[in-house]
Amino acid sequence: MTAMLEAAAARGSARETGRGRSPAAAAWRRLVASPAARAGLVIAVAFALIALVAPLVHDYDARTDANLTLRLKPPTAGHPFGTDSLGRDILVRVLHATRVSLGLAVSAVAVATVVGSALGFLAGYFRRQVDLVVMFCMDIVLAFPATLLAIAIVAMIGPGLRNSLFAISLVSIPAYARLSRGAVLALREQEFVLAAEGLGCSGRRVLLSHIVPNSLPPLIVQTTLSIAFAILEAAALGFLGLGAQPPTPEWGAMLADSYKYFTSGAWWVFCFPGVAIMLSVLGFNLLGDGLRDALDPRLGRG
Amino acid sequence: MRRYAIRRGLTIVPVLLGVSVLVFSFIHLIPGDPALTMLGERATPEKVAEVRVRLGLDRPIWQQYLLYIGKALQGDLGVSIIRGDPVASDLLRRFPATVELAAAAIVVAIAFGIPIGVASAVWRNSLLDSLARLGALTGVSMPIFWLGLVLAWFFGVQLRILPTGFRLGSGTALVPWTNFALLDAALQGDWPAFVDALRHLILPALALATIPLAIIARMTRASMLEVLSREYVRTAEAKGLSRRAVILRHALRNALLPVLTVIGLQVGHLLAGAILTETIFSWPGIGLWVYESIESRDYAIVQGVTLFIAVIVVGVNLLTDVLYAAVDPRIKYE
Repeated sequence: MTAMLEAAAARGSARETGRGRSPAAAAWRRLVASPAARAGLVIAVAFALIALVAPLVHDYDARTDANLTLRLKPPTAGHPFGTDSLGRDILVRVLHATRVSLGLAVSAVAVATVVGSALGFLAGYFRRQVDLVVMFCMDIVLAFPATLLAIAIVAMIGPGLRNSLFAISLVSIPAYARLSRGAVLALREQEFVLAAEGLGCSGRRVLLSHIVPNSLPPLIVQTTLSIAFAILEAAALGFLGLGAQPPTPEWGAMLADSYKYFTSGAWWVFCFPGVAIMLSVLGFNLLGDGLRDALDPRLGRG
Repeated sequence: MRRYAIRRGLTIVPVLLGVSVLVFSFIHLIPGDPALTMLGERATPEKVAEVRVRLGLDRPIWQQYLLYIGKALQGDLGVSIIRGDPVASDLLRRFPATVELAAAAIVVAIAFGIPIGVASAVWRNSLLDSLARLGALTGVSMPIFWLGLVLAWFFGVQLRILPTGFRLGSGTALVPWTNFALLDAALQGDWPAFVDALRHLILPALALATIPLAIIARMTRASMLEVLSREYVRTAEAKGLSRRAVILRHALRNALLPVLTVIGLQVGHLLAGAILTETIFSWPGIGLWVYESIESRDYAIVQGVTLFIAVIVVGVNLLTDVLYAAVDPRIKYE
């Protein structure tokens, strides 16, 4: 609702600039016109760049990184984020953890997007039993608080990055199934789909080349917001000792380690990994909100 | 209305069955032999065999499930593998601490979230609105275990004005009547203990309240904006009612309905978030218990608590739906 009203306010100017361009270009213009979305885009791209570039410019081996003479030193010019309980440079670890934390979140969301939307498209297109079975399974997953289910599953199948990925993607699937199913149900009654069916297109062709492309906007928004959620989930699992195992640098696991030292006043140990989590989640949330406004199909029609 | 309530009530039966199947299957998600994993590598084969029989792992899987659901329906959630205590009774003993924490958190979230959302909508696009929206989005993006650490460090370690762990100070003795510390202290007229319990509650409740507060503020703002553009609001304004009366009596009352649903949905977040918050603040509820049980591989406890919370969430969602229909006369369910 907020998105709609805010979008309505911005509509006037956006429509003029967007006219005569492809819908994607128009959406892009609307996206970068919003300061909040721009900020989100910058943050998300910055974290993605850190994740990609960090291992290329700086070789880091977590297994050999330790310097006990430098234990728990506050930030200095040499170690801008200070050092942790093993004398490791926190800045270096926060940067290298980006790849682990963001990588885990993005891959979990990628799996959830593919599996969830495929299930939703099938349920919406074939309806009847397929729909019933798929959506019933989704309702069961949704009956659990997502964080709890992810924690419980990893607690059972054992800690580690791969198991975290499995659990996070599983709890993220229902949102995609619901969205894509809803999109199919709305689209399949539209004239262009009926026309395609009338022209004798196969069910597969109707689904893949008419329905799927037209239901992408809400899925793109959901993907961005899911990455934000998955970063939080991954950090929570890491914090509980269920995600990345030491000495792998991962934001949540770094917090779990720092937790033991916070009474000693070593604030830098827990401050920076937490800021990294919050900032990256905030970035993807800002971007997701901005995308929702920019991709709102009602804008294009004027 | 009653027919709707009954029909909606019946829909939870298959969901609860599905939930129980999923939680039951947890034990089979354990890689290898669950009994061996629980007991550790040095367990004797006899002991492993005994645990296998006790868990019913020697039976066919459908019998195992029927046994599990049959016991669960009678309130038997199995026994702790480490300590041998029944899970259900320990669960009920620890649950009040979590309820106390979650209730405090939701009170904080409503008390701040709704006024912030209303102010944000009424003074739309003002500086206050921008700050509130940025604050709410930051709140939604907050890793609450980190926020808990920061709060504990700032108020507990730096300023030394609030305790950072447990429900009561070491000098406070309170006979547990209901296991709700505040309630027990009040019932026993022990006001120093009441203040002590309240002081212990502040930081964990604030940490746990953050995300619900942000979500409630966002929802209230969106819902208020929608209602404020309605014709009955314009009519009320045209009648010459004061702005205050229009906002509070005509707009807010209608805007609160979707907020009610959102508040209902927070119960699950609060119970799951309790695992993280209780771990940070050593709060002796079911969340900390789950954390400890994961560390000691006491799977029956993880299973029992997960099932318990899922049933509560399904129940609360049902209650919210029915309440929604009861509160809003415009809604007719067919």
